[in-house]
Amino acid sequence: MPYFIDRRLNPKGKSLANRQRFLRRARTQIREAVQKSLKDSAVADISKDRKVRISSKGTREPRFRLDPKSAGERDFVLPGNREFVPGDEIDKPKAGEAGSGKDAADYAEGEDDFEFVMRQEEVLDIFFEDLELPNLVRTMLKETPNAVWKRSGITTSGSPTQINLIRTMRNAQGRRLAMRRPKVAAVKALQDELDRLERVEPQNEETRAKIVALKEDLAKTIARRKWVGFIDPVDVRYNAFTEQPVPTSQAVMFCLMDVSGSMGEREKDLAKRFYMLLHLFLRRRYKKVDIVFIRHTHDAQEVDEQEFFYSRQSGGTIVSTALDKMLEIQRERYTTADWNIYAAQASDGYTQSGDARRCVEMLNAEIMPLCQYYAYIEILDEREMEVFASEDSGAELWRAYRTVAELWPNFATKRISKPADIFPVFHELFKKTEHAG
Amino acid sequence: MSGLLFSEAEWDFETLDRTYKAIEEIALKDLRLDVYPNQIEVISSEQMLDAYSSLGMPLMYNHWSFGKLFAREETMYRAGFSALAYEIVINSSPCISYLLEENTMTMQALVMAHAAFGHNHFFKNNYLFRQWTNAEGILDYLAFAKRYIAACEERHGREAVESVLDAAHALMDQGVFRYRRPPKPSKERVLEKRRRRVEYEEEAYSELWRTLPAGVEPPAAPPTPEDEDEFDGDMKLPEENLLYFLEKHSPSLKAWQREILRIVRNLAQYFYPQRQTKVMNEGCACFVHHAIMNLLYDRGLITEGSLLEFLHSHTSVVFQPEFNDPRYSGINPYALGFAMMSDIRRIAENPTEEDRDWFPALAGSGDWIAAVQDAWANYRDESFIEQFLSPKLMREFRLFALFDKAEEDSYKVAAIHNEGGYRKVRSLLARQYDVGTADPNIQVVGAALKGDRTLFLTHRMNRGVPLHDATKELVVSHIERLWGHDVILEEAAD
Repeated sequence: MPYFIDRRLNPKGKSLANRQRFLRRARTQIREAVQKSLKDSAVADISKDRKVRISSKGTREPRFRLDPKSAGERDFVLPGNREFVPGDEIDKPKAGEAGSGKDAADYAEGEDDFEFVMRQEEVLDIFFEDLELPNLVRTMLKETPNAVWKRSGITTSGSPTQINLIRTMRNAQGRRLAMRRPKVAAVKALQDELDRLERVEPQNEETRAKIVALKEDLAKTIARRKWVGFIDPVDVRYNAFTEQPVPTSQAVMFCLMDVSGSMGEREKDLAKRFYMLLHLFLRRRYKKVDIVFIRHTHDAQEVDEQEFFYSRQSGGTIVSTALDKMLEIQRERYTTADWNIYAAQASDGYTQSGDARRCVEMLNAEIMPLCQYYAYIEILDEREMEVFASEDSGAELWRAYRTVAELWPNFATKRISKPADIFPVFHELFKKTEHAG
Repeated sequence: MSGLLFSEAEWDFETLDRTYKAIEEIALKDLRLDVYPNQIEVISSEQMLDAYSSLGMPLMYNHWSFGKLFAREETMYRAGFSALAYEIVINSSPCISYLLEENTMTMQALVMAHAAFGHNHFFKNNYLFRQWTNAEGILDYLAFAKRYIAACEERHGREAVESVLDAAHALMDQGVFRYRRPPKPSKERVLEKRRRRVEYEEEAYSELWRTLPAGVEPPAAPPTPEDEDEFDGDMKLPEENLLYFLEKHSPSLKAWQREILRIVRNLAQYFYPQRQTKVMNEGCACFVHHAIMNLLYDRGLITEGSLLEFLHSHTSVVFQPEFNDPRYSGINPYALGFAMMSDIRRIAENPTEEDRDWFPALAGSGDWIAAVQDAWANYRDESFIEQFLSPKLMREFRLFALFDKAEEDSYKVAAIHNEGGYRKVRSLLARQYDVGTADPNIQVVGAALKGDRTLFLTHRMNRGVPLHDATKELVVSHIERLWGHDVILEEAAD
């Protein structure tokens, strides 16, 4: 007798422990690969599964192998001879050539690069590790938006605890009326009549016939009461609940960046992580997040992401043009009634003299009243970091922005030179939500 | 009602049961198979991937290499590069077969015939499996191994356990007894010994010793009895089973490390018969499912549509691409095995003159069931091919042998499928399936236990083929870790 066992409902992820061991083992390679892949991917893609390719260094599983290529002799048998006769010679496939099937590959290392898909949380773990996010913030960001159970009408199936009594009883009553369920009173009337007749003395033919008829009636009535139940399964109704995402509003995130020659590869990479972190945060709070990329030199343009991060422009630096552009776009497409507005600006701190004052005016008068939050980072190299150790010293733009920060609590500024410096910029942002959440 | 077992592609457990009974009747009555009791489990594709990555076993200890395997298989599967196996079957009693839930009913029938009867019969009857594996005990042993290794991780840290497992896995191919049976202490005795050792350690531990000032030694622990057991001095060299040797004689391993080596060694030994009987095992299973499905159809139990679906999948499984085909990746064991089994039946029933010359005892004997069952029971791939590969099949597969000398720029055709070449091609192909010559032959030849404790290994070269250099160094460094001292591996001519 065979035993059939349905294992499909058994817990999944039996090999999760092995996977974690593997990720830990290949940690160095995976980190490199993830960071490279983050660099090449779009800001909004940070929270997706991604394919990474790692070198097999560190996860090699060596075994003793024979190497018939280097010395010695052997014979082997192949199928599919068409034209060969004994004594024929066949050139060996050159190294690197595909050659005759896999026979050659069997002896090669066979362990080159290794490609697999990393889950979103695993990628984020590595992303966060560099940014040195506090643990609480990490878990907060990894959570997917909540859903709530909402009433959604009435159903015919459900759990007994969810029975809707009113609806059930109403249905039952309707059915009883329609099916003409005899009332208790009707039964009682028949019974009484029967009793009365049975007591009549003497009993003649007529009464006896009546009694028989009455008994029959009574039996029928009782049967009918049984047959048309007081409550039938078809009457029962349940309250239905369905899972609905928490109604969230939408947000737009303005990414502003100086792309003049002084912003190199390293600066842009840091800026990108800064935008990614803000995006993660917004995605968690808002159902829809738009991203607008504005780059500027002495003139600002709205561009797509590719151009934003990878193209270079020459020219001077006028920061206020970017702010102008942002306001213009906001007026056109993102009214404050419908959108929460966030802005993130990255720069190396240089601007034309006199421009900083104009920026401050614009921020104070127009932009800050619109914005939920405005974060500014100034990307320096390590040496400059030492020079500007104090918050008060700095270039013109920095000093000007400091005055804005004093006025507006939702304006954050920070100088950074490595990934771990980024998070403190958002400190206020995350702190607030911790309380709120 | 028609006599059909099923007519839809959908399956349910009732249909599975009905079909299983019909298959069982054919298998036991018509094909006279002898099988372990069956346990059939339906699993999802994700669980199939899980099973893949633990060497097909239902439970397995944790190690990163299984995670790596899983990641690779999953990526391949999701990208659509590889389909999942329809089934996995485990050499155990009861014999566990996994069915994939996505299979159609026809495929479920095919898979039950293939795994639950074909492979199952082979596991129960082939002499290698009977002698070398213990089908009743394997699942219990794996459960023990998993628990033991988890406990070691907890006690000694994950990294320490991992490094022993890494090294042991590297030596898995050299961790089997090929010729003699391993000396076998009873399981109870082993467990008893380990329990006593742990008890002793717990009793002997005292918080007080930690408070001694530096430099003062706690009183020496009395020697535990098994230390003497394990260094009995007589190493019985040369030794081909490196894992066994290291487990018994390494001067630097602790008891738990030896136990881990033993676990890996037992696994290697358990899988060793499967490596030696790939062609036969698959051949047997394919032959059985082919016979059963055709009988089901002949008796009106399945529809013509089912038969066609079965044939479609069957032919793609037993397809053999030619050597210069891009799809070629070695000789397909399903193709060769199935062809040879069918050929034995043909020779027994309708032999040609040529067959009578080549197989005088078999040709025309009529009872093909007895003939194939005899082959399944008493051969392994090497001897099976040497004995039963017929000239007709060599012609069909168009087999030819190449001679390869490393220094030369070309292969030489040594023999082809013609009158003069049959015997040579057959012998060479048989040799190719001899795991003993395919694996490097490495032996422990000496250990300077009294001196600097260097361990001497020799690779006995077969026809001058040396070891692959890069992997050799990596594996030797693993051996050094287990041995604790220098290891010298020399190549020796045969």
